[in-house]
Amino acid sequence: MKDKTVNLKGGLGQLTIPIIAVALLVIFNLIRDPGFFSISITHNNYGNAVLAGNLISIINGASELAILAIGMTLVTAATKGQDISVGAAAAIAGSVFVKVLKSGAEISGGTVILAFICSCCVAMIFGAFNGTLVAVFNIQPMIATLILYTCGRSIAYWINGGATPTVTSPIINAIGSFAPGIPIPMPVIIVIIVTILFKLLFHFTSLELLTQSVGINQSAARLNGINTTFIKLLSFILLGVCVSVAGIIGVSRLGLINHETLLLDVEMDAILAVAIGGNSLGGGKFKISGSIIGAYVIQMLTITLYAMKVSSTDVKAYKAIVIVLLVVIGSPVVKERFAKLMKQRKKLAKGGEAA
Amino acid sequence: MKRFSKVLSLIMALVMTLSLAACGGDNGGSNNGGNTTDAGNSSSGGTITVGVVNNPPSESGYREANVKDMEAVFSKENGYELKAFYSLKNDEQLQAAQGFITEGVDYLLISAAETTGWDEVLTKAKEAGIKVYLFDRMIDVDESLYEAAVVSDMAKEGETAVNWLLAQNLPEYNVIHIQGAMGSDAQIGRTGALDEQFASGKMKKVVQQTATWDEAEAKKIVESVINSGESFNVIYAENDGMAKGAVAALDEAGITHGTSGDVIVMGFDCNKWALRELLAGAWNYDGQCSPFQAKIISDYIKSGSTPSSKKIINEEKGFDAKELTQADIDTYGLGE
Amino acid sequence: MQEECLLKLRGIGKRFPGVRALHNVDFTLRKGEIHALMGENGAGKSTLIKILTGVYQMDEGSVEVDGKAVNIHSPQDAQNNGISTVYQEITLCPNLTVAENMFIGREGGAWVNQKEYRKRADEQLQNLNIPARSSQQLGSCSLAVQQMVAIARAVDMQCKVLILDEPTSSLDDKEVNMLFSLMRDLKKKGVGIIFVTHFLEQVYEVSDRITVLRNGQLVGEYPTSELPQVQLVAKMMGKTLDELSALEDTGSRVEATGEVFYKAEGLSSEETNPFDFSIRKGEVNGLTGLLGSGRSESVRAIFGADKVTAGKVNINGKEAKISKPIDAMKNGIGYLAEDRKRDGIIADLSVRENIILALQVMNGFFKPISRSESEAFADEYIKALKIKTASTETPVGSLSGGNQQKVILARWLLTHPDYLILDEPTRGIDVGTKLEIQKLVLQLAKDGVSVTFISSEVEEMLRTCSRLIVMRDRHIVGELKGNDLNQAQVMKTIAGGEAE
Repeated sequence: MKDKTVNLKGGLGQLTIPIIAVALLVIFNLIRDPGFFSISITHNNYGNAVLAGNLISIINGASELAILAIGMTLVTAATKGQDISVGAAAAIAGSVFVKVLKSGAEISGGTVILAFICSCCVAMIFGAFNGTLVAVFNIQPMIATLILYTCGRSIAYWINGGATPTVTSPIINAIGSFAPGIPIPMPVIIVIIVTILFKLLFHFTSLELLTQSVGINQSAARLNGINTTFIKLLSFILLGVCVSVAGIIGVSRLGLINHETLLLDVEMDAILAVAIGGNSLGGGKFKISGSIIGAYVIQMLTITLYAMKVSSTDVKAYKAIVIVLLVVIGSPVVKERFAKLMKQRKKLAKGGEAA
Repeated sequence: MKRFSKVLSLIMALVMTLSLAACGGDNGGSNNGGNTTDAGNSSSGGTITVGVVNNPPSESGYREANVKDMEAVFSKENGYELKAFYSLKNDEQLQAAQGFITEGVDYLLISAAETTGWDEVLTKAKEAGIKVYLFDRMIDVDESLYEAAVVSDMAKEGETAVNWLLAQNLPEYNVIHIQGAMGSDAQIGRTGALDEQFASGKMKKVVQQTATWDEAEAKKIVESVINSGESFNVIYAENDGMAKGAVAALDEAGITHGTSGDVIVMGFDCNKWALRELLAGAWNYDGQCSPFQAKIISDYIKSGSTPSSKKIINEEKGFDAKELTQADIDTYGLGE
Repeated sequence: MQEECLLKLRGIGKRFPGVRALHNVDFTLRKGEIHALMGENGAGKSTLIKILTGVYQMDEGSVEVDGKAVNIHSPQDAQNNGISTVYQEITLCPNLTVAENMFIGREGGAWVNQKEYRKRADEQLQNLNIPARSSQQLGSCSLAVQQMVAIARAVDMQCKVLILDEPTSSLDDKEVNMLFSLMRDLKKKGVGIIFVTHFLEQVYEVSDRITVLRNGQLVGEYPTSELPQVQLVAKMMGKTLDELSALEDTGSRVEATGEVFYKAEGLSSEETNPFDFSIRKGEVNGLTGLLGSGRSESVRAIFGADKVTAGKVNINGKEAKISKPIDAMKNGIGYLAEDRKRDGIIADLSVRENIILALQVMNGFFKPISRSESEAFADEYIKALKIKTASTETPVGSLSGGNQQKVILARWLLTHPDYLILDEPTRGIDVGTKLEIQKLVLQLAKDGVSVTFISSEVEEMLRTCSRLIVMRDRHIVGELKGNDLNQAQVMKTIAGGEAE
């Protein structure tokens, strides 16, 4: 509780930038189109009453990104580097998911759970592979994960052999879209579940403190008895779980796996989400809530641009501009300058009063 | 520093091996154990020996169907001996073609990785009296060096689809146009005919966006149109995956589609799963850049006649959901 | 002795924000002389060298080379004036050949005429008796040879002044001898060498003259033959011999008689020679010696901070295996590291988080200390150690050095250790806090905790320790207790046999 009061006094701290970004986007959209955020209830083609509207599209569409951003935050915090293979790894995880589903005659709840477990295990193994390169062999994370980034989608291709295998099942549709009787998109609910699971993990283990210690000062962390190798490895394995969940959502949305396009380029967005969330890409202190908001900022930006009918080839360029602005504003240099400016203004004001 | 650079070089080596392994895997089974595979084992007098130089089936669903079609048409039962070589690399293809010439095949069929560098080999083939057919892709050589080229006309593919759409005689056409990766042959061909309609005002462009072949992106594009409240009655997606993404958005919003729905859904490529959607009435049309050139070539070979034109445009298939049969899916569908 | 002045520094001054790193320092280097530059940590050696090599700009003073005043604004200027430096860490490229390394970045690059350069490199190497070939990859040579190649490069650049900054710290005895004979060769050729090291014996083996700095000021310049080793130590530490003898034995330190808590036989790590060590319950002992004598490395070996290579350890009479810090912690050992910034604080984390860190690690991954519990701990120790902080949530990095040190002390006290190792706990902190820490150490001992105390300030150790173990050049050279515990005796032991 104390923490919160302190934080409020000094502004929102780390979350200032992402929240300002959200606010700006909301205001911009409201001016552009007052009905932009209106939510309506419609009946989808499976007869369920569901929520619809841009807001739902944003929150729903950012699900994979938000989940990946959570894992990426941990890896960033512990290893001072990023995993650029998450997109490729998600293609593998998704392919495994489809492979297991298709190996049975019928898709039942049991086979889906089995497929999830298999996919999760495979993703964790690949995470452990990356983690070993980073934690044991001390290889720069970006370079270590370059390996899987390069060959991951080929591996995904081998798993199913075909170009775009499809799976059709009401269960899969429920995972990727809406479950009967629940008007909120399932991916959104999955994000909430994953977030809660991570919060519980932080509550029932000392992971948060240990990860931050390793990221801020590895040498000191080691001298305080922390197994730094284990912490780094663990962060990659947890990211593996996130990768698997994101991959499965991606596959379930359409009931199809295209190993070439599933979550393509998502690694850059995930890293950006971490950065926009006010987390230092140089590791150390982190807030997963920041990264999740960061993911929604990116998605809101995309949807806004689509709504403005900006050509999707140009969307990336516009996104880049906005993101550069956000990251620069959030950089220590600008923060410092800004703080100085405020101080000077205060001084001037005081001087004025005295006169 | 020293250690670091060593580690770095180790990784680079590893990455390269892995990616090589990946490439090798992609070609999987096609060119292992020597460069050529003999489909037939007797080369007795009655059979016609055909050497095929092609891209590997793993390149795409299209290629997979293309390779299967070649194997089916130039089979032993049909009186052929097929020698095939698959590679994505032009120089490997050139060597293989050279090899086929030396072995003394009767016909040489080529789908080249690159358009250049084939003069010498084709000249040699001509000197050796081997007749050359090009399929799928053109090569930059003098026309006299080959009998004919059986190729697809991507623009015609788009025209076929747009003509089908016009034939539906809708009172108005409000089209969501989801494009493939900008600049690719398929995108240019499939976009052209529709752009003409937009320009002439016959059809209204609700939105034209590229999803770069990404299904999820296609869904987002359609979602944003639905959220904006604009009305539309046609989705023209430049491949099956993107059409599926678009349909997912329609389903979530409760918008009906297909033969008895509000929105016409059009896709391309004719994947088997996509044709099944057509058969179920969920989609309306699927167009195909035909991978089936073998029959045409075989007909010329068997009849001994010389093609009247050097460029034979392969007829493009387009399937209407109302006319599609299971047999069509089995014959023309790609993949599984 | 040649008296021709090669390099003349007069009245050099340099300030950093809040610190006066150098004040009115003179330094003279003659032709064909090996001149040792001595001083403890923070004496100003490296600042002086960085001014000479153009890394820093001096605030006041003058530099003359060969009798001409020069301005050195960049490393390039230094080179142009014939001043070259060979650092402890080799700064050449290991994956290029020896010849390329000797000529890279000079006069249009090494690529112009490979053959000629190779020939010239070979000549130079032969000239200096360096066992390397010009075509060899530098990385394939031993560290010593790499260093010598760096020197050859400097010589080839017509350097007049050669600065060797801790050149021997990673070399073995044989390699040191090789380097020394090269240095003597260069000396004959008229090169002036500035030799920075903390190995006293090496200074006496090779140098002609010694300049001592302390606290950024010049103590004096002496011919090596006229300055006994013990005098040198005294000057570096800022005491005259008379002063040392005059200092009375302060305090009444009773030798601890409790059971032996920790005992190591033949313990060694990758950084130490094998040594024996023991401490009793409630005893405060000290490890002393000059910087680089191996005192820090020894306690790191005890705590398992460096890779332990051999030795038998007994704790409370039972054999124990300590190969990493967590093993030591589980055996009741705490370790406050020498370098507070690098090995102590987790700067961005709060005071609270820093305090509970070690306890949390000992408790294990699945038993997190709750927020309220950790706040209670933090409050308790902030009060007990009088830590000045705005709140428990203030990032520890924003506290003053002394308060940071107290936070780390709190961290270890919270684990209720049986044995606490304090390596330089008072360095860089104000006098008041120093005294508090010393008092705390004595209090801990009274409560039965064993403490090993390391400090470069001998008085401080004399006040707290009942037994002093003296190290020199990575060996234990003496143990002092009872009446021997006085400054003069300590100095003598640190300096070694040839005292007086």
